Amino acid sequence: MEKRVTFDEKTLPYLLVLPQIVITLVFFFWPSAQMIWQSMLLEDAFGGNTRFVWFENFAHLFQDPAYYRSAAITAVFSGAVAVLGLALSLLLAVMADRVIKGATAYKAFLVWPYAVAPAVVGVLWGFLFNPSVGIVAWALRNLFGYEFNYVLNGGQALVLVVFAAVWSQISYNFLFFLAGLQSIPRSLIEAAAIDGAGPGRRFWTIIFPLLSPTGFFLLVVNVIYAFFGTFGVVDALTKGGPAKATEILVFKVYNDGFRGQDLGGSAAQSAILMAIVILLTVVQFRFIERKVHY
Amino acid sequence: MVENRPWLTAFSHLVVILGVLIIAFPVWMTFVASTHDASTMLRSPVPLLPGPYLIQNYKEILFQGYARTSGIPLTIALMNSMIMALGICIGKILISITAAFAIVYFRFPFRMAAFWAIFVTLMLPVEVRIVPTYGVVAGLGMINSYSGLIIPLIASATATFLFRQFFLSVPDELAEASRVDGAGPMRFFVDILLPMSRTTIAALFVIQFIYGWNQYLWPLLVTNHESFYTAVMVVARQATAVDATPSWNLIMAAAMLAMLPPVLVVVFMQRQFVRGLVETEK
Amino acid sequence: MATVSMRGVRKSYGGALEVIQGIDMEIADGEFIVIVGPSGCGKSTLLRMVAGLEKITGGEIAIDSRVVNNLEPKDRDIAMVFQNYALYPHMSVYENMSYGLRIRGMSKTEIDERVKRAAGILEIGQYLDRKPRQLSGGQRQRVAMGRAIVREPKAFLFDEPLSNLDAKLRVQMRVEIKKLQRQLGVTSIYVTHDQVEAMTMADRLIVMNKGVAEQIGTPIEVYAAPSTLFVAGFIGSPAMNFLETRVSSDGRLAIDGAALSPKTGLDPGRAVTVGIRPEHLATGGGLDVQVELVELLGADTLVHGRLSDGKSLVVRLPGNQVPTAGDRLPVQAYDGAWHLFDTETGKRLGTA
Repeated sequence: MEKRVTFDEKTLPYLLVLPQIVITLVFFFWPSAQMIWQSMLLEDAFGGNTRFVWFENFAHLFQDPAYYRSAAITAVFSGAVAVLGLALSLLLAVMADRVIKGATAYKAFLVWPYAVAPAVVGVLWGFLFNPSVGIVAWALRNLFGYEFNYVLNGGQALVLVVFAAVWSQISYNFLFFLAGLQSIPRSLIEAAAIDGAGPGRRFWTIIFPLLSPTGFFLLVVNVIYAFFGTFGVVDALTKGGPAKATEILVFKVYNDGFRGQDLGGSAAQSAILMAIVILLTVVQFRFIERKVHY
Repeated sequence: MVENRPWLTAFSHLVVILGVLIIAFPVWMTFVASTHDASTMLRSPVPLLPGPYLIQNYKEILFQGYARTSGIPLTIALMNSMIMALGICIGKILISITAAFAIVYFRFPFRMAAFWAIFVTLMLPVEVRIVPTYGVVAGLGMINSYSGLIIPLIASATATFLFRQFFLSVPDELAEASRVDGAGPMRFFVDILLPMSRTTIAALFVIQFIYGWNQYLWPLLVTNHESFYTAVMVVARQATAVDATPSWNLIMAAAMLAMLPPVLVVVFMQRQFVRGLVETEK
Repeated sequence: MATVSMRGVRKSYGGALEVIQGIDMEIADGEFIVIVGPSGCGKSTLLRMVAGLEKITGGEIAIDSRVVNNLEPKDRDIAMVFQNYALYPHMSVYENMSYGLRIRGMSKTEIDERVKRAAGILEIGQYLDRKPRQLSGGQRQRVAMGRAIVREPKAFLFDEPLSNLDAKLRVQMRVEIKKLQRQLGVTSIYVTHDQVEAMTMADRLIVMNKGVAEQIGTPIEVYAAPSTLFVAGFIGSPAMNFLETRVSSDGRLAIDGAALSPKTGLDPGRAVTVGIRPEHLATGGGLDVQVELVELLGADTLVHGRLSDGKSLVVRLPGNQVPTAGDRLPVQAYDGAWHLFDTETGKRLGTA
């Protein structure tokens, strides 16, 4: 889409785009180029020499069991966040959409978690499940006889991080599902009802298929969120522990780069993550484009 | 609904109310914790209802801070957060609205190049390129400064695209009418386009304020001096400090204060928030 | 107030496609000119070239003998009314009307005076504080007119200003615009695809087709002596009947197997297209029409039928004559109602 009219000016448009372009070049392109360059450099342990080693850092990564472990944790984590987050928010959205009275009020009560910083979300959930004073941990122990200690138990830590991450993203999913539901023409639902379909059948045969574009879009967004947006949750809750049980890839980049001072390895990991984001974004755009053409 | 099934409607209400309660529970517990004294909060089970220490706790954290980690008053961190959030918001809106104006209303060499340069930044969230970006910012001497907190985060493809989308929907005739009326491009921009973009700007403002306020990793990297710490950072540091007897009442008061501004923005500007959220993803 | 001259005006996009293929036109001071044609004929482009919103590829346009080819719209001293009105949505009616004057740095008192005067003429005085979205379509139309009037320009340019209104309002506004133009005496160029608007409003009209001015003349000239087949078919409703035929040996035109027309003075055997307006046919005569469909309009009756050789024909009869479908209806054309065109070139040959 293009404008029919445009202004004839020679220098003005350059002045107008300049700030954005300069910032993009300095803080996006230059660091990204450096990252690629760094991923092919190897610094010796004493920080003395730096050598150009081609893809040795990558080769190193792909032989490193710790990297595979982190990748596996990331896969489980993002899968769980996406599935759980979408299922819960879809349930809430469908129910909220059913009740015409109060839908707006419910919306107001469900959107605000989006505004809570992921790091603060980590703190909140850490407090609820704190092994010594957490009310939920206490309830699990004293009412169900289940010992929940995320500080020591890696599996439980991962579960807790998933809960916190889902909580943080649920308003976003809810809003998109609700918008998707409300954009389904009422006449379709009414036609199905006249055809004799009950509420459950209508949901699975009419609403769910029509909602699938929204669902797919949210799936991609949630995976991207789980990959990159959850750094704060993890850092405030477990710092990747215990014993690296919650060390997702983005956290490992940070850990290796800033704590471990392994700049080459960290840059190589960043490059791989970047490839993943680009892939996901392209998938998303391809999909959106297709949706537009339908 | 289409047919009258009272039990189903009641069930729907029940599910949503349950959802609302479960979602609100962590924040309720946080609030409760912030209203008791420190020793109560160390005895399990902790109380489920608020206590009498609300004012005292908030006063202490706001003006004295949490002595065990930093001991600087939270007001300073809140102010830093506010400066960072507003800086990001205003900066993003300014540079994206002018860039979008140039791309939509002018034809110039390298226009498409500029467009694509902005477009690809969509694919590079700050978390992916933290280490080298940190290097650049350090090299520019922007560590421990507001400009270091703000400027690297204000380039935004989404805001530019949102404005571009909006400008494309503005009828061509308005620009023509203003030309016939004698307005030049900047006059058209200021007199016609900016006032018409009000709702878009408001929507973006809400989204970007939350984005800026809630930043965590970036301030963690570019600040190592307490006077530049943001509220979110301070809360996370307090909560994760290894300590046998943490003052949960103060930590949770700080958490309440750190989430209050963005939550208030969402609650009071809900319409703009929803619009901003939905439109930035189109 | 001013004259407008177009001399060999051309417009092309990227070289190949020429959307305006050389228009010559002298518009007198105070004249109301309507540019009419089907969509895509280039009429809006021509108007926008006068306004300065489109670059002129060839030829020149002069307003008051000053060539304006390279002038910005604001320096041409013209005002324009757009199809969608193009009112600034965030400004009140008053601000909309005064915006151009404020840019020109006119004093507050003079702006106020002009806006009030224009609002008085257009009867929109009580809406000055409203926003465009609080107005009806007709009121918006008036505000758009008001914005043009306050400028007191040398020329008004109208780009299909009535096409967003409903039929009844369109007729009313048509009359008002025409009256207003008479009253103010400002040279006006008005673009429309509606031939009724063109006929009723124009002092002179330009009938355009595919970037070419097919005919320039007063409405009556265009109606009575269309210079091409295109003009003949475009102006007049219902459209003119066309019958392809040849000149018979006695110089008359053979239609439906019989030489019926008056003498034409054309060479026998020549391929000619005859045009007869439905309103110039009456009952009783040598053309035998098989009635297929009858439309009752009250005042008139439109009869759609076929000649025995299969060609279709529309006849307009007074409302009290109502044939039935299936009837045979003998009709005849008035003398002088036979428009003759060269079948190959489409050019007018004369009447008979």
